Amino acid sequence: MARKTSVAASAATTIVAWAFGLLMFFPILWTALAAFKTEANAYTMPQTLFSSGWTFENFGIVQERSDYFRYVFNTVVISFGSTFLGILFAVPAAWSMAFQPIAAPTVKLSGKVWALIILGAVALAAVILLPLGWDISDRPLLAIVLLLLVGVPFGVWIYTRRTGDTLLWMLSTKMMPPAGALIPIYLIFNRNGLVFRDWGFVNLSDYTLMDSFWGMVPLMMLLNLPIVIWMLYTYFKEIPFEILEAARMDGASLWNELTRVLTPMALPGIASTVLLNIILAWNEAFWTLNLTNKYAAPLSFFISEYSSPEGQFWAKLSAASTMAIAPILVLGWFSQRQLVRGLTFGAVK
Amino acid sequence: MGSIQLKSVRKAFGAVSVINGVDLDIKNGEFAVFVGPSGCGKSTLLRLIAGLEDVTAGEVLIDGKDVTDVGPAQRGLAMVFQSYALYPHMSVRNNIAFALKMAGEKSDVIERKVQKAASTLNLTDYLDRKPRQLSGGQRQRVAIGRAIVREPKAFLFDEPLSNLDAALRVQMRVEIGELHNDLKTTMIYVTHDQVEAMTMADKIVVLDRGSVAQVGSPLELYNRPNGLFVAGFIGSPKMNFIKGPSAAKRGADTVGIRPEHVAISTTAGEWPATVRLAEHLGSDTFVHAEGDGIGPLTLRLEGEAPLKPDQRIFVTPREPNVHKFDKNGRRID
Repeated sequence: MARKTSVAASAATTIVAWAFGLLMFFPILWTALAAFKTEANAYTMPQTLFSSGWTFENFGIVQERSDYFRYVFNTVVISFGSTFLGILFAVPAAWSMAFQPIAAPTVKLSGKVWALIILGAVALAAVILLPLGWDISDRPLLAIVLLLLVGVPFGVWIYTRRTGDTLLWMLSTKMMPPAGALIPIYLIFNRNGLVFRDWGFVNLSDYTLMDSFWGMVPLMMLLNLPIVIWMLYTYFKEIPFEILEAARMDGASLWNELTRVLTPMALPGIASTVLLNIILAWNEAFWTLNLTNKYAAPLSFFISEYSSPEGQFWAKLSAASTMAIAPILVLGWFSQRQLVRGLTFGAVK
Repeated sequence: MGSIQLKSVRKAFGAVSVINGVDLDIKNGEFAVFVGPSGCGKSTLLRLIAGLEDVTAGEVLIDGKDVTDVGPAQRGLAMVFQSYALYPHMSVRNNIAFALKMAGEKSDVIERKVQKAASTLNLTDYLDRKPRQLSGGQRQRVAIGRAIVREPKAFLFDEPLSNLDAALRVQMRVEIGELHNDLKTTMIYVTHDQVEAMTMADKIVVLDRGSVAQVGSPLELYNRPNGLFVAGFIGSPKMNFIKGPSAAKRGADTVGIRPEHVAISTTAGEWPATVRLAEHLGSDTFVHAEGDGIGPLTLRLEGEAPLKPDQRIFVTPREPNVHKFDKNGRRID
């Protein structure tokens, strides 16, 4: 039976919904309006939403003082590049999680034994490091050996886990506050750090990651990879395994199975994952503000330039913000149907 | 060529053993049907032959060659799945052509073979449609077309008709039978429907809890079931099993008599019984009766039998058709 609602009730619901929507949207509206005000008008107290003297000068000044299009270019490289790279890694990962849920049943050890092995490897590494004063900066070979000593048992352990465990572990990396990882990553990125030094056979200090696409694109990819794999995994789960088996019977290689059967079938899901990842990478501020300042600085850095010690230039800050969010807003607007379809993919059925 | 042999094949999923040592020999050109109740391992056995599952122990041989460690793509077999498993993003043409493309055939050869398969299966008008625009029967034909273009060593069918309605099922059953007569390629067909098994097979393999219960031609299984399981599974309605004095009289623990192998009288006979229900099908009458001291009996009479509920009848089995089984359920000759 269809539910009956009175006109008054539905009108009330509509008004409340619009009011709530406007409340949520208000900061963006305020920013967009402030971008067209003079600096004096924008800073007036008490604030007026609509003031006289509309102007475009802020956009001109912002473009003149900092090259907007260079930041757009950097943002596009980082967000699209990291997304493309992420999909390359995430499709095979999600495929194996969705369709090969128990990877290696041949390795069967209890959780306690695994903990003993991994912690034992860590302890052994520590015992080796102790007499060296924890310094391996001049011993690249030892560094690699120690890395393998701890990494291999850990990797095998992850490999033997069921999909659910692995997914939860991957997602748990997103639960850690990013600030906690800032210092190690900063040291890795720094050309004077532990890794980017003259190792003898290769001088890595020529290849710095700080403030470069070579650093930002993989970093952004790694930051979002857990979410990308998780999303793709849920889409792949919706695909009947029999179709992939049919492809195998038809003589498809693993590559053809992935590229000609799985990927085209999961395209709505992959598309919405790509969009979400682009949006996340586009708006990322913590890492870009800390690890870039010129060559690879994206739009988030561009906005922050207008919040300076010389004072708050609200109108220019607003103009910069509006310019920064405009492209992604347009992209989101055009793709919202695809995005919603992808996010609810398989929800009904 | 396409002979398939299984040598003591075992399959276990973790601690659960699904196939317990199956030996089987399917000759080139044979139509073999795996039949059994659900959970007996018939689909798993087919998937082991296909290579979609790895055997836990034992060997799979195709044309005498050990393919136990060969992937499904290299075994040269084609499979038709229960859900059809068509590629939803490809047209019918590309669905059928996919295997040929994977094999690296030239495009004119592919086109010729696709056209030939399509005309065999009456799909020529639908080549440019997507699977979702087809009916169930047409989808089933595309799945078969996808299998036949490859000219495989053997066809594997995994309950291919169970998603179709009854009328279409009968029609497709005939079409698959005709296809086998035309191609003369080995076919292995999995079903839980013993009517499909009886009508299509050269050789029926009855499976029971992961083991082969009996292998034989349909009539061998019907006339000489080697045990209670096969006797009860093959034939519809089910065989009647009777224990007690009338079994002991014949030197057996249990005797079995098919519903169609009895004579009914209203005056005298071996087993007195009371009719509970008579089902009139026109060509036959199925009578469900309660035998005095021997439990329920199902009887099948030709034509229209004027029997009513609560009527007293006497049932006499036709002696040559009585099957005798010992305490362990094995056949006694």
